[in-house]
Amino acid sequence: MASFEETGPRTPVVEPTRVDKVHPRAKLGKSFRVILTLIVTFIMIIPVLVMIMTAFKSRADIVTPPPKVLFHPTLEGFLYLFTDRSLFSPSNLEAARANPGNLDYWQKLALSVGQKINGPSDYVGRLKNSVIIAGTSTILSVILGLFAAYAFSRFKIAGKDDLLFFILSTRMLPGVVVTIPLFLLYKQLGWNDTHIGMIILYTVFNLSFSVWLLKGFIDEIPIEYEEAALVDGYTRLQAFFKIVLPQAVNGIAATTVFCLIFAWNEYAFALMLTSQKARTAPPSIATMLGSGGLEWSAIAAGSLGFLIPVAIVTFVLRDYLLRGVTFGAVRK
Amino acid sequence: MSHVELQHITKNFPGVTALEDVSFDVKDGEFFVLLGPTGAGKTTTLRAIAGLEHQDAGSILFDGELMDNVTPSDRDVALVFQQYSLYPTMSVFDNLAFPLRSPLRRTSVEEIRKKVEETAEILHISHLLKRKTAHLSGGEMQRVSIGRAIVRSPRVFLMDEPLSNLDAKLREALRVELQHLQKTQGSTTLFVTHDQIEALTMADRIGVLNEGKLIQVGTPEDIYDRPSTTFIAQLVGSPRINLYNAQQQDGTITICDSDIHMPAPKDGKLPADFQVGLRPEDVDLDPNGIFSGQLVLAEPLGVETILHIQSNKCTLLSIVPGISTYHLGDLLKFNIAYEHIHYFGLNGDRFKS
Repeated sequence: MASFEETGPRTPVVEPTRVDKVHPRAKLGKSFRVILTLIVTFIMIIPVLVMIMTAFKSRADIVTPPPKVLFHPTLEGFLYLFTDRSLFSPSNLEAARANPGNLDYWQKLALSVGQKINGPSDYVGRLKNSVIIAGTSTILSVILGLFAAYAFSRFKIAGKDDLLFFILSTRMLPGVVVTIPLFLLYKQLGWNDTHIGMIILYTVFNLSFSVWLLKGFIDEIPIEYEEAALVDGYTRLQAFFKIVLPQAVNGIAATTVFCLIFAWNEYAFALMLTSQKARTAPPSIATMLGSGGLEWSAIAAGSLGFLIPVAIVTFVLRDYLLRGVTFGAVRK
Repeated sequence: MSHVELQHITKNFPGVTALEDVSFDVKDGEFFVLLGPTGAGKTTTLRAIAGLEHQDAGSILFDGELMDNVTPSDRDVALVFQQYSLYPTMSVFDNLAFPLRSPLRRTSVEEIRKKVEETAEILHISHLLKRKTAHLSGGEMQRVSIGRAIVRSPRVFLMDEPLSNLDAKLREALRVELQHLQKTQGSTTLFVTHDQIEALTMADRIGVLNEGKLIQVGTPEDIYDRPSTTFIAQLVGSPRINLYNAQQQDGTITICDSDIHMPAPKDGKLPADFQVGLRPEDVDLDPNGIFSGQLVLAEPLGVETILHIQSNKCTLLSIVPGISTYHLGDLLKFNIAYEHIHYFGLNGDRFKS
C-alpha cells in the first residue's frame, strides 16, 4: 500500500494547506483551473495575435486564403506606415535595381516593392500628438481629480451630493452628441486643431471619472491618520502629501490607466476637432483605409505601434493595478 | 506641561447635543480621567481640546492662553487613538519619528534618532523599530502609538480609550506602565475611558460624563464613596452596588420587597420614599448578623466570591474573600454597615449629608 506522503489524506484537502499533503484531486483541480485560464486568455488574445502577425506579413501573404500562420516576416507594413513613398517608373526601376549604391535597409525594402522613399509619413507626428495630448490630459485629470476627490471626501461642502451628481451627469450622454456645438465653440475660440484644445477637452471628459473613482479610494482611508498627523504638528496639506498620498497610490494608478486609455483611444472628437497640427493617431490610422487600396499591413503596424505605449504604462503600474481595480472592495 | 481649562463647552451635532456646558480643568501634571458610557461625549471633549473639533460655545485655555482659534498642530498636544492609527506606509521608527520631523519642530536627524531610541527603550519596543506597522500585534501597536505621543514633550497628553482594544492581561500590564510613565514624566494627561477600573486605578481625579453633561468631578475616593447620582453609583464599582427603593416610617427604613428593616439616620431629613445604595462590601456576613437571606448564586472569582443573597423578593450582593464554602440554599446571616449606606432621592440625586 502506498504511503500517506504519496497519496495524501483520504478525504480530499480542497484548500491547499501544506504542499506535501495536498490530495491529488486538489492538485488536479488546480492544474485544471490553470489550463482553463490559459485557454480563455488565448481566445482573448487572438485578435491581438492576428494584428501582430498581419503587421509583419507581406502584401501577398495577407490576402492569401486561408490565412497563413507560418510566413516569412517582413517590415513592409512599417515601411508603408512610417514613410511617404512614390513608385519608380519601370525604366528607372531597372536602373535603380542594377545599381543600388549606398542604400540603407528601408530604402532597399522600398526598392524591393518598386518604390522610392520620399520622406517620413505623417504618422510619426500623429503618434507624438497622441502622446502629448493623452499624457498631459491624463496627468491633469488625475491631479485635479485627486484634489477634488479629497475635498469631497473630507470637507463639509454645501450641496456636496448635488455637485457630485452634476459632475457625474457630464457622462450621461454620449460625447458624440456634443461634437457639433463643440466644433463651433472651438472654431470661435480658435482652439480648433490645437494641442491645448484637445488637452482641455479630454481633461474635462476624464475629470468626472477620476473624481468619482478617486473619491472612493480616499473614502477608504480612515480620517484618523490625517488627524494624527494634524496633532503631530503638520498642516492639512502636509498631511495630505505625507499620509494620504502614499495610501492612495493604488487608486491613483488605476485611475491613471483608465484615464490614459480613454484619452489615448478617443476617436470621434479627434476626427472632428483636429486636422493637421494636432491630429492624433486613431483617426489617422482609420484614414489609411482608402487612398490606393487597403494597406492592411500598414494598418496593423499602426495599431500595434499605437498599442505599445498603453501596454507599457499598464505593465509598469500592474502591481498597484491588481490591488486598485478591486475598487477597495476587499481591502480591509 | 500645561494646565488645561475648559469653560462652558457646548457642541451640537445634527440631531444631538454632544456636549452641554461642560467645564472642568486638568491641573499641571495631573492624571485626569473622563469616565462615561458610550456616546457620553468623552471623545468629543478630547477632540475639542486637540482642535480636531470646534466647539459651538465656550472656550478652551492652556495655561490661561485662549486656544479656540489655534490649529491642532500649533496646540502642541499629543493624541493616542483607540484604533492606534499608526501610519501604515511607514516603519515603527518612522512612525515614532514622524512628530519630530514636523516642520514646526525642526529636529536634527541625530537628535531624532536618539529620542526615538530612548522612547523605544522606555516602551520595550526597541526590537521592533525596523518593522512595518502591519506586522505588529495589538499590544505592540498601542505601545508604538503611545510612543508617538511621548517622543516629544507636548503640553498635554490626550488618550482616547487606548487600552480598550487589548485583551485583559495586556490591558492590566499597560495600565500599570502608563501610570508609571505619567508619574515619572509628570505629564498632564487627559485619559478617556468607559472602564471604571481604569478610571479608579489610574486617575488623580475623575470626571463623570453622561449624555453630554459633566455630572461629577472628584478624586476616585469621592466618586466611589460619595457618588452624586445613582448613575455614578452604578457606573463605578464591581460587583455593582445594591440599589433599591426604600421607605421610611417612624425612624425605620424598609427596603422594598424585603425583610430588611434598618434604623434611619438620626438627622431625620429623609422623605418617605427614596432609594438606598449598598456597596457589596458593606453587606457583612456574620453568624450573629441581624438580617438573614438565602444564598441563590455564588460567583467565585478566586480572590473573592460574590454571593447573591435573597431576602424575600430582593437580592443583595455581598463579597467574601477567597473561595466561599457556602452552598446554594444556605441561610446566611449578615449585618449592614449603616454608616456606609448611600441615600438617593427617587430622581437619582444624592441627599446631601
